[in-house]
Amino acid sequence: MSTIATKPAAHETVVQPRSAKPLNVGRIAIWSAFALALIVAPLIFTSSLALTMLSQIGYLIIICLSYNMLLGQGGMLSFGHAVYVGLGSFIAIHTMNLAAKGSLPVPLVLIPLVGGLGGMFFAVLFGYVSTKKSGTTFAMITLGLGELVAAMALMFPTFFGGEGGITTNRVYGTPLFGINFGAQNQVYYLIAVYCFVCTGLMFAFTGTPLGRMLNAVRDNPERVEFIGYSTQRVRYFSFIIAGFFAGIGGGLAAINFEIVNAVDSLNGLRSGGYLLFTFLGGATFFFGPMIGAVLLVFASVLLSELSKAWLLYLGLVFLLMVMFAPGGVASLIMMNVRVALFGKFNRFYALYAGLIVTAAIMVAGAAAIVEMIYHMQLNAALGPTVRLAGFELDTSSPKSWLIAAGLLIVGLALFELVRRRYVQVWGKAQEEIEFEIKRRETA
Amino acid sequence: MTHALELKSLTKTFGKTEIIRGIDLAIDAGDRIAIIGPNGAGKSTLFNLISGRLSPTAGEVLLHGQRIDGKRPFEINRMGLSRSFQITNIFPKLSVFENLRCGVLWSLGAGYTFLRFLSKMHDANERTEELVRQVGLEKKRNVLAVNLTYAEQRALEIGVTIAGGASVILLDEPTAGMSKTETSHFIALIKQVTVGKTLLTVEHDMGVVFGLADKIAVVVYGEIIAFDTPAAVRANARVQEAYLGSSVADAQGGH
Repeated sequence: MSTIATKPAAHETVVQPRSAKPLNVGRIAIWSAFALALIVAPLIFTSSLALTMLSQIGYLIIICLSYNMLLGQGGMLSFGHAVYVGLGSFIAIHTMNLAAKGSLPVPLVLIPLVGGLGGMFFAVLFGYVSTKKSGTTFAMITLGLGELVAAMALMFPTFFGGEGGITTNRVYGTPLFGINFGAQNQVYYLIAVYCFVCTGLMFAFTGTPLGRMLNAVRDNPERVEFIGYSTQRVRYFSFIIAGFFAGIGGGLAAINFEIVNAVDSLNGLRSGGYLLFTFLGGATFFFGPMIGAVLLVFASVLLSELSKAWLLYLGLVFLLMVMFAPGGVASLIMMNVRVALFGKFNRFYALYAGLIVTAAIMVAGAAAIVEMIYHMQLNAALGPTVRLAGFELDTSSPKSWLIAAGLLIVGLALFELVRRRYVQVWGKAQEEIEFEIKRRETA
Repeated sequence: MTHALELKSLTKTFGKTEIIRGIDLAIDAGDRIAIIGPNGAGKSTLFNLISGRLSPTAGEVLLHGQRIDGKRPFEINRMGLSRSFQITNIFPKLSVFENLRCGVLWSLGAGYTFLRFLSKMHDANERTEELVRQVGLEKKRNVLAVNLTYAEQRALEIGVTIAGGASVILLDEPTAGMSKTETSHFIALIKQVTVGKTLLTVEHDMGVVFGLADKIAVVVYGEIIAFDTPAAVRANARVQEAYLGSSVADAQGGH
């Protein structure tokens, strides 16, 4: 990545203060594309399932980005992010109920902000304790605080609604221009506006003194103390800001579902989900968590529909990702963009096609075996057949097991062959790029 | 007149071991002092006590007449004392420019703000550009610190140290691990960027010591046994004894 950044500088004989001007065109294009995608998405994917998923993606983008403020930008591995999202949701839903009764004059469009202030309030409170420490100690404190809040939520049923949770009706007050937020697409556009603005604000944060010092604290906290900054303060202030955006995400979730449940909105499992998908998306790039949010929705909505074993698949994907692509999907994309920028992507078309086909064979075999085992363990009473992607598999016949195993083995062998070739070509391309960079530097 | 830096019967014990045993030292503004001594004499501990990384067991540290012992490193830094580290201590995943800008920010009043853009803070950016030139890293301006050569990282380390405009600079073995040619180039760099500042250097290389310092403080077993001009220290019988009968100049190859 660094090498991409250095490329333009190599031509400059006199180094000028970097004004953002040459970048602005690209930046405007990217942000416009993002806005356009948010606007157009529900017009292209019109089913109600798609709209539900898009709405969830919208606020999860905010939540995952706010989480990455801690993880990717600050090196703070928090296991309790659901606390700020969830408490934001509760504050928001109570405010909605009060507003509906007429006790509080808060229109629905401002409810996410109320959630944000709620998340921020608790970040001020809990962050004061947790951000005093860093590294493993910080992680343990956030875990403890998360469990504490989750357990306490069940002890205060009046506020948290016990196991049933708190419900609300988002249609209240006088509709503005005929918009009462009853219909899902109106809610989606409310989420989309917040998503766009919050993403913009969080991106802006990365270019401020506090944002930069947060990177410095991530890289080398000790040194930060010797250039005039208190690492605790930097972590604390950033934690509060992350809590604010988490709360906004929570507020939007409350509007979207019209119910908040303490049992599953505050616990460690939910926090773990934010961590997992932020990581999968890619914590080292700003946009990585946005990919993570999309993956999170696809995994929890679609994958869970397709298979009972979806958590197993998810775990495997996470495992492989941590081992082979710790930078997440975003880093995979950026690595290939770099190759493409140097005009060396052509040679990879066949290889990627090969990787995809062989991986598909391998996955098909593995999935068939997993599904058959799951079926035998859980649904044996329903007979020996299990359906997978349109095929009928007979768990009682050795033939289906042999075919599945055969697919897995053949797929694995072919994949390995293609992978070895790919690694060679990739290595060579990288060498050529390094050489090209050196050449440009000396030129 | 108050001294730029003053140590009064400074003592530090770890458990029962006394590492620093009552050091008194007064350094005037603009002085260039080298601290030498055998390994384990307490030189680095002394630096850690002054810069706030450790707090003393007893005694006082005064910066421009104000007590700084027991203060946190960032508070001391804000009062005008900055240090470098023996083991390169920079921000590996930030570029050269960003490393230096981080060093500049506090001194220009940026504080913890998140309501201003770094790109719009022209004073900070101009100062940073000047620093990039001063440490001779113009060509590596946008390279991540982790990708620099060792010598370049050492130069960046000095740059980050002086970035905040501190008046008292502590350098902990600035040339450790460098080749001879790199070292001489580096001494010139240090001299250039510390003009008019009070400089304290821990150094093993006697070439560097004589190149940089007007006065030498010899620390042995947590005490200063000599504090004088280089020539006088060279002739000092106690110093020669401390280095096991060899001359001070021979010590340079030993570490």
